[in-house]
Formats: sequence, C-alpha cells, structure tokens
Amino acid sequence: MLEVLGKTNIDFIEKRHIAFVFSGLLILLGFFAFIQIYMGKANLGIDFAGGAAIQLKSDRPVRIDEARSLLEKNGFGDVEFQEFPGANRLLIRIKKQEAIQGRTAEKILELFSDQYRENKFQIESSSEIGPTIGKKLQKDAIVAVTLSMIGIILYIAFRFEFKFGIAAAIATFHDILAVLGVIYILDKEITLLIITALLTLAGYSLSDTVVVFDRIRENLKKRNKETFGQVINSSINQVLGRTFMTGLTSILAVIALYIFGGDVIHDFALTLLIGIIVGTYSSWFIASPILFVWGSSRREGLLKKAYR
Amino acid sequence: MKKGIKTRSYFIALTVLVSIVFFLPSTPAYKYMPQWWKTYLPNKGINLGLDLRGGIHLVLEVEEEKAVENVVERAAINMKEYLNEKKVQIDSIRRSGPTEISIMHSQPGTKDEVSKLTEGFPNFTLKEKKEGETILVLREGEAKRIKESASAQALETIRNRIDQYGVTEPLIQRQAENQIVIQLPGIKEPGRAKELIGKTAILEFKLLDEESPLINQLPPLIPSGDEEKTINEFKDKIPDGDEILFDKIVNAETGKVIKRPYLVKKRTMVSGDLLTDARVSIGEFNEAFVSITFDSAGAKLFDMVTAENVNKHLAIILDGNVYSAPRINERISGGKAQITGNFTTNEANDLAIALRAGALPAPVRIIQDVTVGPTLGGDSIRMGISAGIIGTIAVIAIMAIFYRLSGVIAIFALGLNIILLIGALAALNATLTLPGIAGIILTIGMSVDSNVLIFERIREELRQGKPVRLAIDAGYDKAFLTIIDSHVTTLITALVLFLFGTGPIKGFAVSLSLGVTINLFTSIVGTKVVFDFINSLRRMERLSI
Repeated sequence: MLEVLGKTNIDFIEKRHIAFVFSGLLILLGFFAFIQIYMGKANLGIDFAGGAAIQLKSDRPVRIDEARSLLEKNGFGDVEFQEFPGANRLLIRIKKQEAIQGRTAEKILELFSDQYRENKFQIESSSEIGPTIGKKLQKDAIVAVTLSMIGIILYIAFRFEFKFGIAAAIATFHDILAVLGVIYILDKEITLLIITALLTLAGYSLSDTVVVFDRIRENLKKRNKETFGQVINSSINQVLGRTFMTGLTSILAVIALYIFGGDVIHDFALTLLIGIIVGTYSSWFIASPILFVWGSSRREGLLKKAYR
Repeated sequence: MKKGIKTRSYFIALTVLVSIVFFLPSTPAYKYMPQWWKTYLPNKGINLGLDLRGGIHLVLEVEEEKAVENVVERAAINMKEYLNEKKVQIDSIRRSGPTEISIMHSQPGTKDEVSKLTEGFPNFTLKEKKEGETILVLREGEAKRIKESASAQALETIRNRIDQYGVTEPLIQRQAENQIVIQLPGIKEPGRAKELIGKTAILEFKLLDEESPLINQLPPLIPSGDEEKTINEFKDKIPDGDEILFDKIVNAETGKVIKRPYLVKKRTMVSGDLLTDARVSIGEFNEAFVSITFDSAGAKLFDMVTAENVNKHLAIILDGNVYSAPRINERISGGKAQITGNFTTNEANDLAIALRAGALPAPVRIIQDVTVGPTLGGDSIRMGISAGIIGTIAVIAIMAIFYRLSGVIAIFALGLNIILLIGALAALNATLTLPGIAGIILTIGMSVDSNVLIFERIREELRQGKPVRLAIDAGYDKAFLTIIDSHVTTLITALVLFLFGTGPIKGFAVSLSLGVTINLFTSIVGTKVVFDFINSLRRMERLSI
C-alpha cells in the first residue's frame, strides 16, 4: 500500500483562528474586487464591458508601437495589444465603445493592409459586443451565482441539516470571492469564461466539503464519547488522503489545459487551478471549523443527538 | 461466480458499443462504412461549435421604435392628402413625437374638421385640440402591435435573405423581445454576409423638387462626412414636404468618396414592397445593374406616376441614399425599371437578394458580432486534444503508482468514462465548443474522484482487518452516499451554467453535467464488476491497492 499521506493527526480546529483571519482577508479582497468589477473599474473583458477584440495574422511581424499609433491616428482610442511570440499574431482589444460601430474588424484590416502594403493580413477571429449585451451578461452572471448558492444550500440542508448547508455555502462563497480577488490582483481579464470557471470550482469545492461533512455525520453517529471538535478533526484526517489524491489528479488535468490548451483556455485553467487549491483549503480550514463554532456555541450535544 | 457479473458485463459492453455507433460519424472512419449503415444507424455525430468550426455569430437588435415612427410618418403624409381631398385648409402637418402628429391650422372653422381625422384613421386618438393646433397620437395597443410584428417580420426577411445567399445549416432565432440571433457556420466572406443581413433595403421612388429656389443654392458636390452640416446650413430654406438626400460618388481611380445633394419631395411615389422580382444584369459596358419587376399594382402605379411626370426627374432611393435620379423621358408601362449605381457584381447580386427578400420593417443594429476564421478553429481542436491526451496520461500514471492494480481498474473506468461521454454527446447531437473540450478534460481529472473515495474506504476496511472481499463490498457501500452527494452538488452548478450560459458556456455545462452523470455509472457499476470478476476467479488473500 503506497500511502499518500499515511495516517495523519492534524488539529484543524485548533488552527481555525489563523485560518479565519487569513480567509477574512481573502474575502475582503474578493469583495473589493467585486465592487471594482461592479463599478466597471476592473479589467473587464469585452463580453462584459462591450468593445471589440480582433485577432490579426500577418506574414511578417508588425511593431506594436507602430500599430498603436496607426490605430490612434484613425480614431480608435482605448486600444490594447497582445502579441503571440513567433506566430505573427496580434490580438487587438478595443474597449468600451460607446455604440457598436459594426465592421470594426474590416476597418482595421483595411487600415493595416493600406499601411503595410508588402505584408499580408488576415483576420483569424473577431468579436464585437455592444454595451447592452454586456450589461445583460453581468446581470445573468450575478443571478447564476446566486441561484447556484441557493440550490446548494437547499440540497445540503435536505441531505444533512440546515447548519451544514449554511457552513458549506459560506465556504463556497469564500472560495468564489477569494479566487475572484486573486484573479483581480493578477490583473487577469474578467470574462464570461472566468465566471464559468468560478461556478465550476464552486461545484468542486463543494464536493470536497460534502465528503468531509459526510464523514463528520458518520462519525457523530458512532463516536459519542469524543467531543465535537475531536470528531471533526478525526473526520478531516480520515478523508485527507482522498482529498489530496483528487486534488492532485484534478490539478494535473488543469495544468495540462493551462500549458497545452491554447490562449483562450489559459486564464480559465489558471482560475480553476487557484480554485482547486483554495477549495481544498476551505473544506479543511473553513467549512468544518464554522460547523464547530456554530455547533459548540449552541451545546454540541444537540447536534450529536440528532444522529443517534 | 458472483451473481450478475455476466449481466453487468454485457450491459457495460452494450453501452460502449452504442457509444461508438453514435460517435462514429464524427470520425474519419465513417466514410468507409457501408451505405445501409449510414442510412439506418445514427449519422449525425457531434456538432462542432462556431468557435471550433469557424463562422459568424450575430445578435441583431431590431429598432422597433423606428418601425413605429415610420408608420406614424406615413400616416401623416396620408392625412395630408385626406385633408386635401376634403378641402380642409391647414398650414402644416408633421410628426411631432415618436407617436404624435401635430397639425397646424390657422383658418377659422378648421378645428372641427381636423378633429374628424380620427374617423378616417381609427388607429389614432385625439390628444389635444387647441385653437390653431391639433395633436393626434397613435393608440398604444397599435404601437405595441407594430413593434411586435416588426421583429417577427425582420426575422422572416432575414431568414429569406440568408436562404437565398446560400449558407448551410444557418441558425436564425428570436431572442428576447427585439433581438435576433444568427449563426452562420463556415461562411467564407463574413463581411459580405453581414452587409446583406444588416441592410434595411427600403427602396423608394421619389420626385425631385425642381421648382424651389433652393436647388440653385445647393452646392453641386460636398466631401463625404459633411452631409449633416449641409442639411443644417439650409434647414430653414427646405420647403415643407421636401428633404435633402445624397448620392454617393466614388472616384474609380483614387477611391475617394464625395456626395451630391438632391432636393427630394418626401412623398414616396412608388416603393419596393410592390416588387415581384429583382435580378442582376450586366450592361453593355460590363457594368452591373439590378433590374426590377413590379407586381400588377406596382406596375399600374409606376405607369401612372411616369405618365403624370414626364420630363421630371425621379430619384431612386435605397435606405435613404439616392442611387440615381434619371429624367422620365416618357411614360413607362410594363412595370420594369433599372437601378444603376457603381456596383460590383457581388454588390448588385446582394442588393437583388435583399430586394427580393423584401425590406426590413425597421433598421437593425448589430449588438454582438463574433467571427471566427476556419484555421483558428482547427488549431483549437488540435490543442484541446493534445491537452486532453497529456492530462489523461498524467492521471493514469498517478493512479497506477498509488493504487497499483486497483489503479489500473480505475483507469479502465476512466477510459469507459471518456468513451461513454463522447457517445452521449454524439447521441444528444450536442454542440462541442472549446470550453466544452475543457469540460471534458476537467471531467477526466475529477472522474477518478469516485474511485479514490472507494479505494480509500477499502483501505480503511482492510486496515481494520476485514477480508478482501468484505472490504471491497463495504468500501463500495460506504462510499456510495458520499459519491452521490458530491455528484449532485456539482450537477447543481452545471445546471445553473446551462440555464444561464450562452454558446460556448452552454457547451461547457453540457460536457460537465454529462461527464458527472456518466462518472457515477462507471465508478460504481464499472469498476465493481472488475473487482467481482477477479474475486470470482480465485479467492483474493491480498488486494493490490
């Protein structure tokens, strides 16, 4: 038997104060990022903010400073460039257009073809999104996150107990906010794909939490001599090997996506990667300790009685 | 032999077979299959999303208010004629708001006559009746009806145009109240298609005003972009019932665009909705033009208009731009006319399509436009597949190292998982997108979770000294509820993503939820069979786990 971690006996409950402070900071950061996003001050992708993104391929490389001055001269204001080394690809992002002008890609292709006559250009992809769509997507994303939260609380409350549901929901909410905060700090573009990753990792982190809770429930039934804290600690320790293995295989798959999946998937995979780490952390140090704090403050016996 | 091993094995084999049959059309091997196979067995396979296949995705917004304004505008012109016929003297009539018409009448006694207008125009109600001014307003229900029908009609017209343009498997749908989603996969000239779809294509024939003194003051040519300025400059001099429209002139050598202003009478003499046909023709100098044929009502009207206005100029106007303003030399019977302009053959062709399919009831605005070139999609698929293969190898290696023989059984479950997932995607004729591929890869990483849960349980049971067979059964039993719980929670989020996501995100949600569901089957039924089978061959003293 090749044990990953062997038999462990880590006191997770005892470390809860440090974890709560650390997570509190993460949540604050997440809230800050959320407000910035809501006010439109964060690095919002064009699917939320409106604008255009055009991927231009050329036979020969184009200098970015030249490209920038060319576009600025022709009335394209807030332009961002991204180069793909060795591929002669240029990603041009134009943000926050007041009204969608239509045919932006065609206009830019024309401008470049005129300016560099000896170079051949081709539009590989382009997207233009009007601000009204962005507003709707923002609203949809918030509704989606809220709905999945409610769904999760209801399911766990149904399967376990209301307290478990709330604790799991807080931990999941913590994960979403924490990852959002980290993404914001890394100055990654917040796109629809990132929101998708956030919801996916909500599901992932929840599975982790559920596995721990499941064991807590089971142990509460048979170990009635131990204190609530001891039961929680040994439960986490018992499933530690599983959490670690699942985290490891998931991380491997996500790393493969991150490295080989291409540019579109890059930030998506990064978000998932951060999310898996944070999600694993929160099921150990946040979800279960919340259950402990809540359960013990109201006479732990109550909780245990329910499962006898 | 333990009960049911055979049945379960056959069932698994059957699911694999069905998956392969469903997925086969998406593989290169499909073209070697016999004809009866292609006819009677599934032949659709997996759809590739626009992001993988290339094409355009447009969301159009129908400017419904404009449709209402158009109706009100036209009603105002009709009211003017109506009052003329009844010999009621008024000073002016114009649209004064989105749904309002204001009529100025200084002659005494006209007030009551004017307010009788609502009898002839029952869609309008009297809003204000003052000395000298009467204001009519369009009924709210009618405005609503116009808006509703504008979107429906726009959808129909656009579908017509796309059909005639020739696109395979287009998707044209209404979304929300006034939005239309259009997906054109694999299209070659996206710019041209967008131009055709977005054209309002309102064709009008209007007379030039050749009596106003203004025509001598208008500059013969102005630079492009100065239209607004020119209109403002002469604003006060434009006679009631006239407007200034422009003709676009392109210099063939330099490509420079200049505009020629025309003073045009607002009243539409003949309009494009009376057409039966529009075709491209090539003239003697190899120039393309569009010949149009009116229906019988249109032909009669055209005949009458030309007969009454010989020697005057008739402007041909498309979407508010003058194309030409030829002189009517003689009465034109037979209901045929030509639209000339500096067209390329493609432009003339697209114009003919737009005229045949009819005008949009209101202008449309493109509010979302995603175009993906075909090469990029191919790259994405290749990258997705290599990421998938590498991810799978890594997961396989880890499982084999940590769980030995049991790990190999889990790998068998993983393979089963992938085959069934692809088969299910094909069976549902689902659309695979780039995030969808990511979803599959993520499923690969997460799918071993159930087996890890089971294996860790079995290990615990073994540590307590249970015999192998009992440990395996207990491991599966005890892990079962945990596995259900953790899968359902993932499914909840996937479901929400499916409900709220569009396009690529929906693809992700589909792969993820299918992956999770199938995983439940493969890990609980799939691996258990293998354990039971091995166990039935010989009594296991020790388990390689």
